[in-house]
Amino acid sequence: MANKIPRVPVREQDPAIRATNFEEVCYGYNLEEARLEASRCLDCKNPRCVAACPVGLQIPRFIAALHAGDLPLAAEVIAADSSLPSICGRVCPQESQCEGACILGIKGEPVAIGKIERFIGDWKLENPTAEAAATTPRNGHKVAVIGSGPAGLACASDLAKWGYEVTIFEALHQVGGVLVYGIPEFRLPKERIVAREIGNVERLGVKFETNVIVGRTVTIDSLLDEEGFEAVFVGSGAGLPRFMGIEGENLNGVVSANEFLTRANLMHAYDANYDTPIYVGKRVVVVGGGNVAMDAVRTAKRLGAEATIVYRRSEKELPARVEEVHHAKEEGIEFRMLTNPVAILGNEQGWVAGIRCVEMELGEPDESGRRSPVVKAGSEFEIEADVVIMALGTSPNPLIASTTAGLETNRRGCITADEQGQTTREGVFAGGDAVTGAATVILAMGAGRKAAKAIDAYLKSKA
Amino acid sequence: MYKILEKKLLAENIYAMRIEAPRVAHAALPGQFVIVRADATGERVPLTIADFDPNEGSVTIVIQTLGVSTRKICALEAGEYLSDFAGPLGRPSEFVHEPIEELQKRRFVFIGGGVGTAPVYPQVKWLHEHGVAVDVIIGAKNRDMLIYTEEMARVCNTLHITTDDGSAGSKGLVTAKLEELITAGNHYDECVAIGPMIMMKFVALTTLKYALKTTVSLNALMVDGTGMCGACRVTVDGKTRFTCVEGPEFDAHKVDFDEAMRRQGMYRSQEQRAAAIEAEREAGHKCRIGLDK
Repeated sequence: MANKIPRVPVREQDPAIRATNFEEVCYGYNLEEARLEASRCLDCKNPRCVAACPVGLQIPRFIAALHAGDLPLAAEVIAADSSLPSICGRVCPQESQCEGACILGIKGEPVAIGKIERFIGDWKLENPTAEAAATTPRNGHKVAVIGSGPAGLACASDLAKWGYEVTIFEALHQVGGVLVYGIPEFRLPKERIVAREIGNVERLGVKFETNVIVGRTVTIDSLLDEEGFEAVFVGSGAGLPRFMGIEGENLNGVVSANEFLTRANLMHAYDANYDTPIYVGKRVVVVGGGNVAMDAVRTAKRLGAEATIVYRRSEKELPARVEEVHHAKEEGIEFRMLTNPVAILGNEQGWVAGIRCVEMELGEPDESGRRSPVVKAGSEFEIEADVVIMALGTSPNPLIASTTAGLETNRRGCITADEQGQTTREGVFAGGDAVTGAATVILAMGAGRKAAKAIDAYLKSKA
Repeated sequence: MYKILEKKLLAENIYAMRIEAPRVAHAALPGQFVIVRADATGERVPLTIADFDPNEGSVTIVIQTLGVSTRKICALEAGEYLSDFAGPLGRPSEFVHEPIEELQKRRFVFIGGGVGTAPVYPQVKWLHEHGVAVDVIIGAKNRDMLIYTEEMARVCNTLHITTDDGSAGSKGLVTAKLEELITAGNHYDECVAIGPMIMMKFVALTTLKYALKTTVSLNALMVDGTGMCGACRVTVDGKTRFTCVEGPEFDAHKVDFDEAMRRQGMYRSQEQRAAAIEAEREAGHKCRIGLDK
């Protein structure tokens, strides 16, 4: 019986050692382990995992192909729906998507779909095949893609495969978006994985132009009217950090998770060969419970600080991937649940000295279905800290919408777009976090691909 | 890669560089800035735009060597390349969006302090080209540290110079010169001051007395310069603002300068350490107490 085999454990770096380095935590499966794990799949008639995947990956099909030892087929099955399997295998919240729906999970442990996907993705990166698209004749139609994160890369790849001349405009000096500035090396290796995925997009004929801030350097109108682009895809992400609006938030030592992670990841501040400074201090408190909070707190730990998570709900509500919370705990991160900051305390020189918190308890469920936290009366207490990192979520940058006539946004600042990515302005499409607000890599990738189809249809209808 | 077309030493440790950057030159307006990275390991350094020429596709920046990163940029020569040059960033000066006939009725006084004189120039030049009368006060430590005096003289009505030691112009601070002009009967509708934070603070305190509308351009710390990191947070009128996307120009009478000055020092100890290591390295000294680790 296939399901009698326990889930194949994945090899990981020792927690005590990895808490001092930036090497990838998880080593992943080798072929033998991946095939053994693949043998656990029941190949259900009605695969619930597929229904639970935001892009409908044909999971039982690629698992069966791997089990049969046909890696090229496995890679091909994934490629039909996903252009970034090495990345999604590492960063998707599998426990609430595919693996959360796996029938084996009801009584035991679900198939390790994420780890299998990662194995196949990495195999494909190691064994590249000549892409048919490299020889696809260019059709002479130019499309501009704004942002080189998951949404933009996915959109650009598909369009290039179909013969479009695609240019990706990136505001920063390096392409990759959140994959480069946000997610740390220890969770997503930059050279081995991200750079190669981007290299694949480049080989499809996509051009990249860095240091172009759309809304400042150029505008959507100038791209359409002066530079000859016939359609634009906006995949500019959700880059604006939120703060709490509490007392002491502008003290020296209070930073957004975006700033802390950008210094560490994009600017390599932890590497003495790079010039960008980072301030870590001795005691770091990270406010928030999502993946970004986990990334920030584990980065602080690796830089030598005592690192604590402060989160206003209970552990059950932590929005971070289960694996990240587990890894963080193994690495010695302190978790203070049901705790909410009310003020940041400073010393005489204006530097952070601590953080005043209140204890919370869970009340009635709110509109998101999560029980909303309520302050426990008289529960104020202080935590010593010299750095406070705010990881409270992000919202889309208003720069593009505010400089593009006819491009509407909702009250949260997200660009209004339909299922296919069509915005309120003709010829302008959007997808990913710029439309949904901060979400996942796979949703952004899916949105990029849907928009590519819509752009193709739009440009064909115009021809 | 962005070619350095020309490099000039303006004063001790202050250089002007004309950079080939057609997209930035085409889009730039007075009041905006760029982010510059010297090479692949460099920091992203925000620098104000001192001039731009859309026809040539060039942008001029003026840099004072203050730390490792600015020294790295200044070590490059004409014909060499900057790794990155992103912009224009920030909002243009408010006056570029106002009706010209309204502007022409107004009288502006600009104050440039030290290296802050450079970003004053494109604003004065723009107003001059649009027929608006502008007086300028340039302040510096001494005669050798004065920059942009000739360029400025060509585009303003009256140029006043002050130095700390009186080696050029009148001896004293820019604020004293401003008060002298006002009490002598000069009427100004608007003041723009760009320079060290402490100078801008005292200009703001001075003009408040005369209810003279004053704008300052803040040189806050930044990483990305596009609104992503929030390192450039500044309190204006009791509210937190991001200098990179909501500034860099703000109403001087509403800026919390003390907080802004404190926040500029956030990475000072690291910067000083880096500079010390760099100096030792240049001197061929190997650190024995592990500061270079």
